[in-house]
Amino acid sequence: MTLLLNGEPREVEATTLEQALAELGYAGKVVATAVNGDFVAVRHRDGVTLHDGDRVEVVAPMQGG
Amino acid sequence: MASFYGFAPQSRLFLGTAQYPSPAILADAVKASGVEIVTVSLRREAGEGGAGQAFWSLIRDLGVRVLPNTAGCHGVKEAVTTAQMAREVFGTNWIKLEVIGEDDTLQPDVVGLIEAARILTNDGFEVFPYTTEDLVVGGRLLDAGCEVLMPWGAPIGSGRGLNNVYGLRSMRAHFPGIPLVVDAGIGLPSHAAQAMELGYDAILLNTAVAKAGDPVRMAQAFARAIEAGRDAFEAQPIEARDMAAPSTPVMGKAFLS
Repeated sequence: MTLLLNGEPREVEATTLEQALAELGYAGKVVATAVNGDFVAVRHRDGVTLHDGDRVEVVAPMQGG
Repeated sequence: MASFYGFAPQSRLFLGTAQYPSPAILADAVKASGVEIVTVSLRREAGEGGAGQAFWSLIRDLGVRVLPNTAGCHGVKEAVTTAQMAREVFGTNWIKLEVIGEDDTLQPDVVGLIEAARILTNDGFEVFPYTTEDLVVGGRLLDAGCEVLMPWGAPIGSGRGLNNVYGLRSMRAHFPGIPLVVDAGIGLPSHAAQAMELGYDAILLNTAVAKAGDPVRMAQAFARAIEAGRDAFEAQPIEARDMAAPSTPVMGKAFLS
């Protein structure tokens, strides 16, 4: 299926958010996630089933004022 | 010493971490100025990229407390979701809550700010709201559970200093027991000292240090100015007056004309 990962279309084989993050290269990284605008905590990623067209946001620490 | 949700830093300078010439200069500025609280943010990270991971490693090595922000958020839902993500990534309940209402001035949307502050405090967050000097809004933020208020000095990044000294002085008088931080718009150490002389508890700034020709030296200058301003406030400054009042005693002056 196709996800909108940080605004860009990406094809994935994964069906859960946890699997998708691993497939997209985020395994082991300090990131936070949201699906369709809703926060998904680390402990819930495995239980979130993704659907074609879902908007997945993956963010990491960055400089800020 | 003022306490911010139970934490009483020695340094009254809170420093942003953006726009420095290099990560090393940021680290040196933090160390040289004795800063104990720095602001951080969240941005999209690519799976193959690692910029965020490297930055987080650098900040952790500094041993300071982090105050994550919701910079760039224009709505309540966006700000709340960003805060939730920040809490997980940074491992803190602290959040510098920004809900922006106007793009030219980056003025806070105070209506959205109050609503977001209520949602977040009910969810266990300790909110540092980026607000205006409006007294009614300040009261509503306290009602929503905030224990700190952070009025702007001037628009973010403008370096204009304190645009509304009267308003900031009123705010200090109106909320005597509440930790108040001037956040944004500071350009010079003298601006920071002025805010501290008004009785503010701390200053949060970023651009004035990061974009200075020598950020490390400027961070030190701000630290000293903030300390001097606080000392002046505690030493109880004289009232200004319109006419001269000779400081040298007139009594006993020789009569020579």
